[in-house]
Amino acid sequence: MAHVSRGVRERSIGRVKQEGTFAVKSGLAEMLKGGVIMDVVTAEHARIAEAAGACAVMALERVPADIRVAGGVSRMSDPTKIEEIQAAVTIPVMAKARIGHFVEAEVLQALEVDYVDESEVLTPADEANHIDKWQFTVPFVCGATNLGEALRRIGEGAAMIRSKGEAGTGNVVEAVRHMRQIGGEIRRLGTLDEAELPTAAKDLQAPLPLVRDVAKAGRLPVVMFSAGGVATPADAALMMRLGAEGVFVGSGIFKSEDPARTAAAVVEATTHFQDAERIAAASRNLGAPMTGIGMDAIAEQGGLLQERGW
Amino acid sequence: MLALQGDFEAHRRLLEELGAAVREVRVPADLDGLDGLVIPGGESTTMTLGIEREGLAGPLRELIGAGTPTLGTCAGLIMLDRDHLGLLEVTAARNAFGRQVRSFEERLDLDGVGDGIEAIFIRAPWATEPGADVEVLAAVDGHAVAVRQRDVLAVSFHPELNGERRLHGWLLQRIAARRAAAGPRPQATAGGSP
Repeated sequence: MAHVSRGVRERSIGRVKQEGTFAVKSGLAEMLKGGVIMDVVTAEHARIAEAAGACAVMALERVPADIRVAGGVSRMSDPTKIEEIQAAVTIPVMAKARIGHFVEAEVLQALEVDYVDESEVLTPADEANHIDKWQFTVPFVCGATNLGEALRRIGEGAAMIRSKGEAGTGNVVEAVRHMRQIGGEIRRLGTLDEAELPTAAKDLQAPLPLVRDVAKAGRLPVVMFSAGGVATPADAALMMRLGAEGVFVGSGIFKSEDPARTAAAVVEATTHFQDAERIAAASRNLGAPMTGIGMDAIAEQGGLLQERGW
Repeated sequence: MLALQGDFEAHRRLLEELGAAVREVRVPADLDGLDGLVIPGGESTTMTLGIEREGLAGPLRELIGAGTPTLGTCAGLIMLDRDHLGLLEVTAARNAFGRQVRSFEERLDLDGVGDGIEAIFIRAPWATEPGADVEVLAAVDGHAVAVRQRDVLAVSFHPELNGERRLHGWLLQRIAARRAAAGPRPQATAGGSP
Protein backbone atom coordinates (compact mmCIF):
# COMPACT_ATOMS: atom_id res chain seq x y z
CA MET A 1 0.00 0.00 0.00
CA ALA A 2 1.42 3.27 -1.12
CA HIS A 3 0.16 5.21 1.89
CA VAL A 4 2.08 3.04 4.36
CA SER A 5 5.24 4.94 3.64
CA ARG A 6 6.22 6.38 6.98
CA GLY A 7 6.23 4.70 10.33
CA VAL A 8 5.79 1.22 8.94
CA ARG A 9 8.88 -0.66 7.88
CA GLU A 10 9.06 -1.58 4.22
CA ARG A 11 11.56 -3.63 2.29
CA SER A 12 12.61 -2.67 -1.18
CA ILE A 13 11.94 -5.31 -3.75
CA GLY A 14 14.01 -6.72 -6.52
CA ARG A 15 13.98 -9.39 -9.16
CA VAL A 16 13.72 -12.19 -6.65
CA LYS A 17 10.62 -13.10 -4.71
CA GLN A 18 10.19 -11.27 -1.41
CA GLU A 19 7.83 -13.02 1.00
CA GLY A 20 6.27 -11.57 4.14
CA THR A 21 6.64 -7.89 3.20
CA PHE A 22 4.22 -5.46 4.80
CA ALA A 23 2.60 -4.84 1.40
CA VAL A 24 1.86 -8.54 1.11
CA LYS A 25 0.59 -8.81 4.69
CA SER A 26 -1.69 -5.76 4.59
CA GLY A 27 -2.62 -6.64 1.00
CA LEU A 28 -4.50 -9.77 2.03
CA ALA A 29 -6.69 -7.63 4.29
CA GLU A 30 -7.40 -5.43 1.23
CA MET A 31 -8.68 -8.56 -0.54
CA LEU A 32 -11.06 -9.31 2.34
CA LYS A 33 -12.71 -5.87 2.22
CA GLY A 34 -16.46 -5.71 1.84
CA GLY A 35 -16.62 -9.25 3.15
CA VAL A 36 -17.64 -11.22 6.22
CA ILE A 37 -15.19 -13.28 8.29
CA MET A 38 -16.97 -15.97 10.29
CA ASP A 39 -15.93 -17.78 13.48
CA VAL A 40 -15.95 -21.55 12.98
CA VAL A 41 -15.18 -24.40 15.34
CA THR A 42 -15.39 -27.39 12.96
CA ALA A 43 -14.79 -28.23 9.31
CA GLU A 44 -18.56 -28.52 8.87
CA HIS A 45 -19.00 -24.94 10.12
CA ALA A 46 -16.28 -23.82 7.73
CA ARG A 47 -18.05 -25.42 4.75
CA ILE A 48 -21.32 -23.71 5.69
CA ALA A 49 -19.53 -20.36 6.01
CA GLU A 50 -17.77 -20.73 2.64
CA ALA A 51 -20.98 -21.79 0.86
CA ALA A 52 -22.72 -18.72 2.31
CA GLY A 53 -20.09 -16.38 0.83
CA ALA A 54 -17.75 -15.73 3.78
CA CYS A 55 -14.48 -14.17 2.57
CA ALA A 56 -12.51 -15.99 5.31
CA VAL A 57 -13.08 -18.11 8.39
CA MET A 58 -11.63 -17.79 11.89
CA ALA A 59 -10.79 -21.13 13.50
CA LEU A 60 -11.18 -21.26 17.26
CA GLU A 61 -11.85 -23.94 19.85
CA ARG A 62 -15.18 -22.47 20.98
CA VAL A 63 -17.21 -19.53 19.75
CA PRO A 64 -16.98 -16.54 22.12
CA ALA A 65 -20.50 -17.05 23.54
CA ASP A 66 -19.41 -20.51 24.73
CA ILE A 67 -16.06 -19.22 26.02
CA ARG A 68 -18.01 -16.70 28.07
CA VAL A 69 -20.22 -19.41 29.58
CA ALA A 70 -17.46 -21.97 30.12
CA GLY A 71 -14.99 -19.64 31.82
CA GLY A 72 -11.51 -21.02 32.55
CA VAL A 73 -8.48 -20.45 30.33
CA SER A 74 -9.15 -20.17 26.63
CA ARG A 75 -6.28 -21.02 24.27
CA MET A 76 -5.27 -21.52 20.63
CA SER A 77 -7.19 -24.29 18.82
CA ASP A 78 -5.90 -27.83 18.45
CA PRO A 79 -3.73 -27.94 15.29
CA THR A 80 -5.71 -30.93 14.03
CA LYS A 81 -8.91 -28.86 14.09
CA ILE A 82 -7.18 -26.07 12.18
CA GLU A 83 -5.85 -28.50 9.58
CA GLU A 84 -9.31 -30.04 9.15
CA ILE A 85 -10.73 -26.59 8.53
CA GLN A 86 -7.91 -25.74 6.08
CA ALA A 87 -8.64 -28.97 4.21
CA ALA A 88 -12.37 -28.24 4.08
CA VAL A 89 -12.29 -24.80 2.41
CA THR A 90 -10.29 -22.78 -0.12
CA ILE A 91 -10.99 -19.34 1.40
CA PRO A 92 -8.39 -17.93 3.84
CA VAL A 93 -8.26 -19.54 7.28
CA MET A 94 -7.40 -17.35 10.26
CA ALA A 95 -6.77 -18.57 13.80
CA LYS A 96 -6.51 -16.96 17.22
CA ALA A 97 -3.47 -16.78 19.48
CA ARG A 98 -3.45 -15.45 23.03
CA ILE A 99 -2.24 -11.87 23.56
CA GLY A 100 1.55 -11.99 23.98
CA HIS A 101 1.76 -15.74 23.30
CA PHE A 102 4.33 -15.63 20.52
CA VAL A 103 4.81 -19.39 20.56
CA GLU A 104 1.15 -20.01 19.78
CA ALA A 105 1.63 -17.53 16.93
CA GLU A 106 4.72 -19.42 15.72
CA VAL A 107 2.71 -22.64 15.77
CA LEU A 108 -0.04 -21.03 13.72
CA GLN A 109 2.54 -19.71 11.26
CA ALA A 110 4.03 -23.21 10.98
CA LEU A 111 0.53 -24.49 10.20
CA GLU A 112 0.39 -21.86 7.43
CA VAL A 113 -2.78 -20.16 8.60
CA ASP A 114 -3.43 -17.07 6.49
CA TYR A 115 -3.84 -14.58 9.36
CA VAL A 116 -3.19 -14.76 13.12
CA ASP A 117 -5.66 -12.93 15.35
CA GLU A 118 -3.87 -11.87 18.54
CA SER A 119 -7.14 -11.87 20.39
CA GLU A 120 -8.64 -10.66 23.65
CA VAL A 121 -11.27 -13.38 23.25
CA LEU A 122 -8.64 -15.85 24.49
CA THR A 123 -7.03 -15.55 27.91
CA PRO A 124 -4.01 -13.21 27.71
CA ALA A 125 -0.61 -14.88 28.16
CA ASP A 126 1.33 -11.66 28.83
CA GLU A 127 -0.17 -8.82 30.83
CA ALA A 128 2.38 -6.23 29.68
CA ASN A 129 3.40 -6.98 26.11
CA HIS A 130 1.81 -7.88 22.83
CA ILE A 131 3.58 -10.10 20.29
CA ASP A 132 6.37 -8.48 18.23
CA LYS A 133 4.57 -9.07 14.98
CA TRP A 134 7.42 -7.78 12.77
CA GLN A 135 9.23 -11.07 13.39
CA PHE A 136 6.60 -13.05 11.48
CA THR A 137 5.91 -13.87 7.83
CA VAL A 138 2.25 -14.52 8.60
CA PRO A 139 0.18 -11.32 8.96
CA PHE A 140 -1.66 -10.38 12.18
CA VAL A 141 -5.02 -8.80 12.91
CA CYS A 142 -5.52 -7.19 16.32
CA GLY A 143 -8.44 -5.68 18.18
CA ALA A 144 -8.71 -2.04 19.27
CA THR A 145 -11.20 0.01 21.26
CA ASN A 146 -9.69 3.38 20.31
CA LEU A 147 -7.25 4.97 17.90
CA GLY A 148 -4.23 4.85 20.21
CA GLU A 149 -4.66 1.13 20.75
CA ALA A 150 -5.03 0.56 16.99
CA LEU A 151 -1.85 2.51 16.23
CA ARG A 152 0.13 0.73 18.96
CA ARG A 153 -0.85 -2.59 17.38
CA ILE A 154 0.13 -1.34 13.90
CA GLY A 155 3.41 -0.09 15.40
CA GLU A 156 3.99 -3.65 16.64
CA GLY A 157 3.42 -4.94 13.11
CA ALA A 158 -0.33 -5.65 12.87
CA ALA A 159 -1.43 -5.59 9.21
CA MET A 160 -5.15 -5.34 9.91
CA ILE A 161 -7.28 -3.90 12.74
CA ARG A 162 -10.70 -4.88 13.99
CA SER A 163 -12.65 -2.75 16.39
CA LYS A 164 -13.16 -4.97 19.42
CA GLY A 165 -16.78 -4.62 20.41
CA GLU A 166 -17.74 -7.20 23.00
CA ALA A 167 -17.44 -10.73 21.65
CA GLY A 168 -20.00 -13.42 22.42
CA THR A 169 -22.79 -11.05 23.41
CA GLY A 170 -24.88 -10.70 20.26
CA ASN A 171 -25.12 -7.06 21.34
CA VAL A 172 -23.76 -4.54 18.85
CA VAL A 173 -23.56 -1.62 21.28
CA GLU A 174 -19.85 -1.97 22.09
CA ALA A 175 -18.90 -2.47 18.42
CA VAL A 176 -20.69 0.79 17.66
CA ARG A 177 -18.97 2.54 20.57
CA HIS A 178 -15.50 1.48 19.41
CA MET A 179 -16.09 2.23 15.73
CA ARG A 180 -17.42 5.69 16.57
CA GLN A 181 -14.52 6.26 18.97
CA ILE A 182 -11.89 5.36 16.38
CA GLY A 183 -13.64 7.27 13.59
CA GLY A 184 -14.04 10.33 15.78
CA GLU A 185 -10.40 10.32 16.83
CA ILE A 186 -9.28 9.99 13.20
CA ARG A 187 -11.45 12.95 12.20
CA ARG A 188 -10.09 14.99 15.11
CA LEU A 189 -6.49 14.34 14.01
CA GLY A 190 -7.39 15.77 10.61
CA THR A 191 -8.19 19.11 12.23
CA LEU A 192 -4.78 19.52 13.90
CA ASP A 193 -1.76 21.28 12.44
CA GLU A 194 1.70 19.74 12.30
CA ALA A 195 2.83 21.41 15.55
CA GLU A 196 -0.08 19.83 17.42
CA LEU A 197 0.55 16.26 16.27
CA PRO A 198 3.37 15.36 18.72
CA THR A 199 1.11 16.19 21.68
CA ALA A 200 -1.72 14.26 20.05
CA ALA A 201 0.62 11.27 19.68
CA LYS A 202 1.59 11.57 23.34
CA ASP A 203 -2.05 11.70 24.41
CA LEU A 204 -2.94 8.73 22.20
CA GLN A 205 0.19 6.87 23.40
CA ALA A 206 0.82 6.08 19.74
CA PRO A 207 3.89 6.34 17.47
CA LEU A 208 4.20 9.85 16.01
CA PRO A 209 4.93 8.74 12.41
CA LEU A 210 1.70 6.71 12.39
CA VAL A 211 -0.23 9.62 13.90
CA ARG A 212 1.09 11.82 11.07
CA ASP A 213 0.01 9.21 8.50
CA VAL A 214 -3.51 9.08 9.92
CA ALA A 215 -3.80 12.88 10.15
CA LYS A 216 -2.82 13.18 6.49
CA ALA A 217 -4.76 10.25 5.04
CA GLY A 218 -7.89 10.52 7.21
CA ARG A 219 -7.86 6.76 7.72
CA LEU A 220 -5.82 4.02 9.35
CA PRO A 221 -2.81 2.85 7.33
CA VAL A 222 -4.28 -0.68 7.30
CA VAL A 223 -7.73 -2.13 6.69
CA MET A 224 -10.18 -1.91 9.61
CA PHE A 225 -13.03 -4.37 10.14
CA SER A 226 -15.62 -4.35 12.90
CA ALA A 227 -16.12 -7.19 15.38
CA GLY A 228 -17.73 -8.16 18.64
CA GLY A 229 -21.51 -8.38 18.86
CA VAL A 230 -22.76 -8.42 15.24
CA ALA A 231 -25.76 -10.79 15.14
CA THR A 232 -28.05 -9.70 12.29
CA PRO A 233 -27.78 -8.47 8.67
CA ALA A 234 -28.78 -4.99 9.85
CA ASP A 235 -26.02 -5.06 12.50
CA ALA A 236 -23.45 -5.81 9.78
CA ALA A 237 -24.75 -3.02 7.55
CA LEU A 238 -24.73 -0.62 10.52
CA MET A 239 -21.02 -1.28 11.10
CA MET A 240 -20.29 -0.74 7.40
CA ARG A 241 -22.21 2.55 7.50
CA LEU A 242 -20.10 3.63 10.49
CA GLY A 243 -16.92 3.10 8.49
CA ALA A 244 -16.00 -0.57 8.89
CA GLU A 245 -14.44 -2.04 5.76
CA GLY A 246 -15.88 -5.47 6.51
CA VAL A 247 -17.17 -7.43 9.50
CA PHE A 248 -16.21 -10.33 11.71
CA VAL A 249 -19.18 -12.34 12.91
CA GLY A 250 -18.47 -14.70 15.77
CA SER A 251 -21.23 -16.34 17.73
CA GLY A 252 -23.88 -14.56 15.63
CA ILE A 253 -23.84 -17.20 12.89
CA PHE A 254 -23.60 -20.53 14.66
CA LYS A 255 -25.67 -19.50 17.70
CA SER A 256 -28.58 -18.53 15.43
CA GLU A 257 -31.49 -20.82 14.58
CA ASP A 258 -30.50 -21.23 10.90
CA PRO A 259 -26.73 -20.66 10.49
CA ALA A 260 -26.57 -21.19 6.70
CA ARG A 261 -29.31 -18.66 5.96
CA THR A 262 -28.13 -16.21 8.59
CA ALA A 263 -24.60 -16.38 7.16
CA ALA A 264 -25.77 -15.75 3.58
CA ALA A 265 -28.01 -12.90 4.75
CA VAL A 266 -25.17 -11.18 6.62
CA VAL A 267 -22.96 -11.44 3.50
CA GLU A 268 -25.70 -9.95 1.33
CA ALA A 269 -26.34 -7.08 3.76
CA THR A 270 -22.61 -6.34 3.95
CA THR A 271 -22.38 -6.01 0.15
CA HIS A 272 -25.57 -3.91 -0.09
CA PHE A 273 -25.04 -1.97 3.16
CA GLN A 274 -26.37 1.24 1.62
CA ASP A 275 -29.55 -0.32 0.24
CA ALA A 276 -32.27 -0.69 2.91
CA GLU A 277 -34.54 -2.68 0.59
CA ARG A 278 -31.86 -5.29 0.05
CA ILE A 279 -31.13 -5.44 3.78
CA ALA A 280 -34.87 -5.88 4.40
CA ALA A 281 -35.01 -8.71 1.86
CA ALA A 282 -31.98 -10.40 3.41
CA SER A 283 -33.48 -10.10 6.91
CA ARG A 284 -36.79 -11.83 6.16
CA ASN A 285 -37.70 -15.11 7.90
CA LEU A 286 -34.24 -15.95 9.18
CA GLY A 287 -35.56 -17.52 12.38
CA ALA A 288 -34.26 -16.48 15.75
CA PRO A 289 -30.88 -14.72 15.94
CA MET A 290 -28.62 -15.55 18.86
CA THR A 291 -30.21 -14.52 22.12
CA GLY A 292 -27.71 -11.88 23.14
CA ILE A 293 -27.00 -10.36 26.52
CA GLY A 294 -26.99 -6.87 27.96
CA MET A 295 -23.73 -5.24 29.05
CA ASP A 296 -24.95 -4.99 32.67
CA ALA A 297 -25.30 -8.78 32.83
CA ILE A 298 -21.72 -9.29 31.69
CA ALA A 299 -20.05 -8.30 34.94
CA GLU A 300 -21.61 -11.38 36.51
CA GLN A 301 -20.13 -13.55 33.73
CA GLY A 302 -16.49 -12.60 34.11
CA GLY A 303 -16.44 -9.04 32.85
CA LEU A 304 -15.57 -7.38 29.58
CA LEU A 305 -13.22 -9.11 27.13
CA GLN A 306 -12.48 -5.76 25.46
CA GLU A 307 -10.46 -4.68 28.51
CA ARG A 308 -7.85 -7.31 27.71
CA GLY A 309 -5.01 -5.79 25.67
CA TRP A 310 -3.64 -2.30 26.19
CA MET B 1 -16.01 -1.63 -11.56
CA LEU B 2 -17.41 -4.81 -10.01
CA ALA B 3 -17.97 -3.98 -6.32
CA LEU B 4 -19.49 -7.10 -4.77
CA GLN B 5 -16.45 -7.66 -2.54
CA GLY B 6 -12.71 -7.04 -2.58
CA ASP B 7 -10.31 -4.14 -3.06
CA PHE B 8 -12.42 -2.11 -5.47
CA GLU B 9 -11.71 1.11 -3.53
CA ALA B 10 -8.04 0.86 -4.44
CA HIS B 11 -8.98 0.53 -8.13
CA ARG B 12 -11.29 3.51 -7.79
CA ARG B 13 -8.49 5.69 -6.38
CA LEU B 14 -6.16 4.81 -9.27
CA LEU B 15 -8.78 5.28 -11.98
CA GLU B 16 -9.86 8.62 -10.55
CA GLU B 17 -6.26 9.80 -10.35
CA LEU B 18 -6.06 8.97 -14.05
CA GLY B 19 -9.15 11.12 -14.71
CA ALA B 20 -11.78 8.40 -15.15
CA ALA B 21 -15.36 8.51 -13.88
CA VAL B 22 -16.03 5.34 -11.92
CA ARG B 23 -19.26 3.52 -11.12
CA GLU B 24 -19.58 0.65 -8.63
CA VAL B 25 -21.42 -2.37 -10.03
CA ARG B 26 -23.47 -4.52 -7.65
CA VAL B 27 -26.57 -5.32 -9.73
CA PRO B 28 -27.09 -5.77 -13.52
CA ALA B 29 -28.62 -2.29 -13.97
CA ASP B 30 -25.30 -0.77 -12.85
CA LEU B 31 -23.70 -2.08 -16.06
CA ASP B 32 -25.79 0.11 -18.37
CA GLY B 33 -23.64 2.31 -20.58
CA LEU B 34 -20.22 1.31 -19.23
CA ASP B 35 -17.27 1.75 -21.60
CA GLY B 36 -14.86 -0.39 -19.61
CA LEU B 37 -14.80 -2.73 -16.68
CA VAL B 38 -12.50 -3.63 -13.80
CA ILE B 39 -12.90 -6.88 -11.89
CA PRO B 40 -10.92 -6.36 -8.67
CA GLY B 41 -9.02 -8.59 -6.33
CA GLY B 42 -10.95 -10.26 -3.55
CA GLU B 43 -12.07 -13.72 -2.56
CA SER B 44 -13.00 -15.58 -5.72
CA THR B 45 -15.50 -17.88 -3.96
CA THR B 46 -17.31 -14.91 -2.42
CA MET B 47 -17.29 -13.10 -5.76
CA THR B 48 -18.55 -16.16 -7.67
CA LEU B 49 -21.45 -16.56 -5.22
CA GLY B 50 -22.18 -12.83 -5.45
CA ILE B 51 -22.30 -12.89 -9.27
CA GLU B 52 -24.70 -15.84 -9.03
CA ARG B 53 -26.91 -14.21 -6.38
CA GLU B 54 -27.18 -10.95 -8.34
CA GLY B 55 -27.73 -12.56 -11.74
CA LEU B 56 -24.67 -10.76 -13.12
CA ALA B 57 -23.09 -13.58 -15.14
CA GLY B 58 -25.22 -13.13 -18.28
CA PRO B 59 -24.99 -9.32 -18.40
CA LEU B 60 -21.21 -9.43 -17.74
CA ARG B 61 -20.72 -11.97 -20.56
CA GLU B 62 -22.74 -9.77 -22.87
CA LEU B 63 -20.82 -6.59 -21.99
CA ILE B 64 -17.31 -8.03 -22.11
CA GLY B 65 -18.12 -10.41 -24.97
CA ALA B 66 -19.09 -7.37 -27.05
CA GLY B 67 -15.50 -6.16 -26.82
CA THR B 68 -15.66 -3.83 -23.81
CA PRO B 69 -12.10 -3.33 -22.55
CA THR B 70 -11.67 -5.13 -19.25
CA LEU B 71 -8.97 -5.42 -16.59
CA GLY B 72 -9.05 -8.25 -14.05
CA THR B 73 -6.65 -8.55 -11.11
CA CYS B 74 -6.16 -11.78 -9.13
CA ALA B 75 -9.76 -12.88 -8.35
CA GLY B 76 -10.65 -10.91 -11.51
CA LEU B 77 -8.49 -13.27 -13.56
CA ILE B 78 -10.32 -16.22 -12.01
CA MET B 79 -13.76 -14.69 -12.73
CA LEU B 80 -12.82 -14.24 -16.40
CA ASP B 81 -11.44 -17.75 -17.01
CA ARG B 82 -13.19 -20.59 -18.84
CA ASP B 83 -14.51 -22.16 -15.62
CA HIS B 84 -16.28 -18.95 -14.53
CA LEU B 85 -17.48 -16.24 -16.95
CA GLY B 86 -15.69 -17.93 -19.85
CA LEU B 87 -14.40 -14.68 -21.38
CA LEU B 88 -10.71 -15.53 -21.32
CA GLU B 89 -9.32 -18.72 -22.86
CA VAL B 90 -7.28 -19.78 -19.85
CA THR B 91 -7.91 -21.96 -16.81
CA ALA B 92 -6.93 -20.27 -13.56
CA ALA B 93 -5.22 -22.39 -10.92
CA ARG B 94 -6.45 -20.88 -7.65
CA ASN B 95 -4.01 -20.14 -4.80
CA ALA B 96 -1.43 -21.77 -7.04
CA PHE B 97 1.56 -20.08 -5.38
CA GLY B 98 0.38 -21.33 -1.96
CA ARG B 99 -1.15 -19.95 1.19
CA GLN B 100 -0.58 -16.43 2.55
CA VAL B 101 2.90 -17.13 3.98
CA ARG B 102 3.98 -17.81 0.35
CA SER B 103 2.60 -14.49 -0.90
CA PHE B 104 5.35 -12.32 -2.40
CA GLU B 105 6.49 -9.27 -4.33
CA GLU B 106 8.49 -9.39 -7.53
CA ARG B 107 9.49 -7.00 -10.30
CA LEU B 108 8.05 -7.89 -13.71
CA ASP B 109 8.21 -6.77 -17.32
CA LEU B 110 4.84 -6.90 -19.10
CA ASP B 111 5.11 -7.01 -22.87
CA GLY B 112 3.25 -4.06 -24.37
CA VAL B 113 2.28 -2.58 -20.97
CA GLY B 114 5.51 -1.65 -19.22
CA ASP B 115 8.79 -2.80 -17.68
CA GLY B 116 9.90 -2.92 -14.06
CA ILE B 117 6.39 -3.31 -12.67
CA GLU B 118 6.49 -3.97 -8.94
CA ALA B 119 3.97 -6.75 -8.59
CA ILE B 120 2.30 -7.81 -5.34
CA PHE B 121 1.06 -11.41 -5.38
CA ILE B 122 -1.40 -12.43 -2.64
CA ARG B 123 -2.53 -16.07 -2.46
CA ALA B 124 -2.25 -15.63 -6.19
CA PRO B 125 -3.50 -17.80 -9.03
CA TRP B 126 -1.69 -18.47 -12.27
CA ALA B 127 -3.14 -19.10 -15.72
CA THR B 128 -2.84 -22.47 -17.44
CA GLU B 129 -3.70 -23.79 -20.92
CA PRO B 130 -3.85 -20.44 -22.76
CA GLY B 131 -5.95 -20.60 -25.93
CA ALA B 132 -4.74 -19.56 -29.39
CA ASP B 133 -5.92 -15.93 -28.98
CA VAL B 134 -4.26 -15.49 -25.61
CA GLU B 135 -0.93 -13.71 -25.33
CA VAL B 136 1.11 -14.45 -22.21
CA LEU B 137 2.71 -11.15 -21.15
CA ALA B 138 4.68 -12.29 -18.12
CA ALA B 139 5.51 -15.39 -16.12
CA VAL B 140 6.86 -16.23 -12.66
CA ASP B 141 8.66 -19.55 -12.13
CA GLY B 142 7.45 -20.53 -15.60
CA HIS B 143 3.77 -19.86 -14.82
CA ALA B 144 1.68 -17.28 -16.69
CA VAL B 145 0.77 -14.37 -14.40
CA ALA B 146 -0.31 -11.79 -17.00
CA VAL B 147 -2.42 -12.62 -20.06
CA ARG B 148 -4.22 -10.64 -22.73
CA GLN B 149 -6.90 -11.70 -25.13
CA ARG B 150 -7.78 -8.76 -27.40
CA ASP B 151 -9.05 -6.05 -25.00
CA VAL B 152 -9.22 -8.24 -21.91
CA LEU B 153 -6.13 -8.00 -19.69
CA ALA B 154 -5.88 -10.23 -16.63
CA VAL B 155 -3.06 -10.48 -14.10
CA SER B 156 -2.38 -12.54 -10.97
CA PHE B 157 -1.07 -9.54 -9.02
CA HIS B 158 -2.35 -6.21 -7.68
CA PRO B 159 -1.22 -3.02 -9.45
CA GLU B 160 -3.99 -1.23 -7.51
CA LEU B 161 -2.24 -1.78 -4.17
CA ASN B 162 1.00 0.11 -4.86
CA GLY B 163 -0.10 2.85 -7.20
CA GLU B 164 1.19 1.10 -10.33
CA ARG B 165 -0.77 3.02 -12.98
CA ARG B 166 0.29 1.47 -16.25
CA LEU B 167 -2.27 -1.35 -16.37
CA HIS B 168 -5.14 1.02 -15.66
CA GLY B 169 -3.58 3.40 -18.19
CA TRP B 170 -3.71 0.58 -20.74
CA LEU B 171 -7.42 0.08 -19.96
CA LEU B 172 -8.25 3.76 -20.45
CA GLN B 173 -6.20 3.83 -23.64
CA ARG B 174 -8.13 0.86 -25.06
CA ILE B 175 -11.42 2.54 -24.13
CA ALA B 176 -10.33 5.72 -25.93
CA ALA B 177 -9.20 3.74 -28.98
CA ARG B 178 -12.50 1.88 -29.14
CA ARG B 179 -14.40 5.15 -28.89
CA ALA B 180 -12.33 6.74 -31.62
CA ALA B 181 -12.95 3.75 -33.88
CA ALA B 182 -16.69 3.98 -33.21
CA GLY B 183 -16.75 7.62 -34.22
CA PRO B 184 -18.08 10.64 -32.32
CA ARG B 185 -20.74 10.03 -29.70
CA PRO B 186 -22.12 11.86 -26.68
CA GLN B 187 -19.97 11.93 -23.54
CA ALA B 188 -20.78 8.81 -21.55
CA THR B 189 -20.60 8.24 -17.84
CA ALA B 190 -18.85 5.00 -17.31
CA GLY B 191 -17.22 2.67 -14.85
CA GLY B 192 -13.54 2.63 -15.56
CA SER B 193 -13.68 5.16 -18.40
CA PRO B 194 -12.85 8.84 -18.89
